Amino acid sequence: MHDDHEPAVVVDALEMRYGAKRAVDGLSLTVARGSITAVLGPNGAGKTTTLETCEGYRRPQRGTVRVLGLDPQADRRALLPRIGVMLQSGGAWSGIRAEEMLRHAASLHAHPLPHELLVERLGLADCGRTPYRRLSGGQQQRLGLACALVGRPELVFVDEPTAGMDPQARRTTWELLEELRADGVTVVLTTHYMDEAERLADTIHIIDRGRLIATGSPVELTRGGSVSTIRLVVTSPFPPDAPQSLTAALGPGTTVTVLDALSLLVTGPADASTLARVSRWCEEQGVLPESLSLGTRTLEDVFLELTGRGLGDEPGSPDPQRDGALA
Amino acid sequence: MSGTFAPRPGAASLPRQVLAQARTEARLMLRNGEQLLLAVVIPVIVLVGAVAGSERVGLELDASAVDTFAPGVLALAVMSTAFTSLAIATGFERRYGVIKWLGSSPLPRSGLLAGKVLALLLVELLQLLVLGGTALALGWDPVVSGASVLGALLVGVLGTAAFAAIGLLVAGTLRAEATLAAANLVYLLLMAGGAVVLPASAYGGFGEVAQWLPSGALGEGMRAALVDGAVQVTSLVALGAWALVGTVLTARTFQWE
Repeated sequence: MHDDHEPAVVVDALEMRYGAKRAVDGLSLTVARGSITAVLGPNGAGKTTTLETCEGYRRPQRGTVRVLGLDPQADRRALLPRIGVMLQSGGAWSGIRAEEMLRHAASLHAHPLPHELLVERLGLADCGRTPYRRLSGGQQQRLGLACALVGRPELVFVDEPTAGMDPQARRTTWELLEELRADGVTVVLTTHYMDEAERLADTIHIIDRGRLIATGSPVELTRGGSVSTIRLVVTSPFPPDAPQSLTAALGPGTTVTVLDALSLLVTGPADASTLARVSRWCEEQGVLPESLSLGTRTLEDVFLELTGRGLGDEPGSPDPQRDGALA
Repeated sequence: MSGTFAPRPGAASLPRQVLAQARTEARLMLRNGEQLLLAVVIPVIVLVGAVAGSERVGLELDASAVDTFAPGVLALAVMSTAFTSLAIATGFERRYGVIKWLGSSPLPRSGLLAGKVLALLLVELLQLLVLGGTALALGWDPVVSGASVLGALLVGVLGTAAFAAIGLLVAGTLRAEATLAAANLVYLLLMAGGAVVLPASAYGGFGEVAQWLPSGALGEGMRAALVDGAVQVTSLVALGAWALVGTVLTARTFQWE
C-alpha cells in the first residue's frame, strides 16, 4: 500500500502569509513513520498554520506538503480517514455529552476503537454524561484526543495536547502518546512546553517566526545535557556592551545571551574559573550579582541561544517548564 | 504491528456517516430548550391562540379558523426549524470549531449537508405529528387528496430548502451571537408580517408583496394544498427561486471557521 521508509510527513519550502505577515517562511521538515515528532516554538511561531496545512485545512501558498504520500488538498478524501486530528481547542457541540461526542466520532469510521477503552484510558468515565461546555479544560483536551484516536489512524496531529491539563493528566496523556508510538502510530505534536518535547519526542523541530531553526533528538539538541549554564541575575541594569565585554572576559567556548535588563545566560563549561571570571567581570562593571546559578543545558537554553528570547509566554497560562528548568 | 492502537483506518460508508450526523444533530436540536420552544411550543400556542382569538375578533376567513390556521402553523414550523434553528445551531457549530473538526473527519461536506437536511426533516416530521395532532383535536378537517398531499409535500420540501439556504447564508457569514439575534428577529417579523400564519389576503395591499416572501409563499402554498386541495405553482416558483438564490449566495460566502 505504501512504502514504510517514506516519511509520514514531508513539508518542503512551505510559505504561508496572512496579509503582510509571514506565518510560515520557507519551512522544510520531515516526520519519520512511527515516531513522535514535536514541533516546538513560541506562540505565533507558525506551528498551528503548518499543522493545519498538513491536515488539508489550508492550501500551501508556496512550497509543497505531502502527508502519507498524499497531497492533503487534492487527495483529501483518501487522506482524512487515515489521520486523526486534535484541534488546539473546541471541536465539539457545546451541548453534546462527552460520551455522545466520542460515539459520534466513532460512527464516522469503519473500524473504530471501542469507545469504552478510550473513556477508561483517558479518564473520562466520570464525565461521560457531562455536556461539553461543562467539562474542564483538561477534560475537553482529553475528549479531543479520544476523538482523534477513535478511528485507529496511522498518523495523528495533536495541537498543544496538554495545554490546561493538571500534572496527573499530562502524565497520562504522555503515556498514551508513547503507547501509540509503540503500536506503530506516527504522532506529530506541537507544544511550547520544553519538558513535553524533551520527554516524548524522537525528533524535535524548533520553529521561530515561521522558520525552522534547529532539528534533532532531545539529546542532540541539548548535547546530552552535559554542557552547563550559568544564569546571572543582577540588581541594576547591565551596561549596553555587556555581552561583548563578558564574552571577552570569559574567552572562547562560551556564549552569552542577554535574557532581559537584569539577567543573562552563559553557556559553556561552568567550572570554578568561569564562575570566578563572571564575578570579577561584575566587579569591573560595577554591577551587584543578586544570584548566580548553575544548571545543565536544557532545551530552553537551546531555544534562548537560537532566538535570544524565551518560550511559552502565553498570558494567563502557567508554564510548568519554568519551574526547575534552571535550578 | 499489533497492540491496542495498531492502525486500522477507514471511513464508514457515506450513508452510515450521514445517518450518524443526522441523528446527532436532531438529538441535540430536540434536547435544546430554546430550539424546542421554537419548534413546537410557539407553533402550538400560535395555533390555539389564533383559533380561539379569530372567533372573538371576528376575522373574515374563507374557511373555518382551524382549517385556515393549521396549514399556516405547519408552514411556521417549517420556518422555525429550517431557518431559525438551523441558523443558530450552525452559527454555534462554527464558533465552537465543530464544523472545523468535522472537516478533518472522514465526513465530506456534502455528507455534512445531507446530515443536516435529514436532521431537519426528522424534526419536521415530529413537528407535523404534534401540530397535526393538536389541529385535529381542535377540529381540523384538511382536504385529503393526491393533489393536496403532493402540494403540501412539495411546498414543505421547497420551503425547507429555501429557508435552510437563507439560514446557512446568515450562519455562514455572521458571528454566532449576531446569527442568534438575526435569526430570531427575522422569525418574529415574518411570523407577524410575512403571511405565514395569516393568509396574504389579511394584509391588504402588502399581501401582494408578502406572498412572494419565502414565508408568504410557504404559507399560501400550504393553505392552497390543505384548504383547496390545489398545487399552487406561484408559491413553488417563489420558493424555488429563494432556494436557488440562497444556495448560490451561501456557497459563495460560507466561512467554515
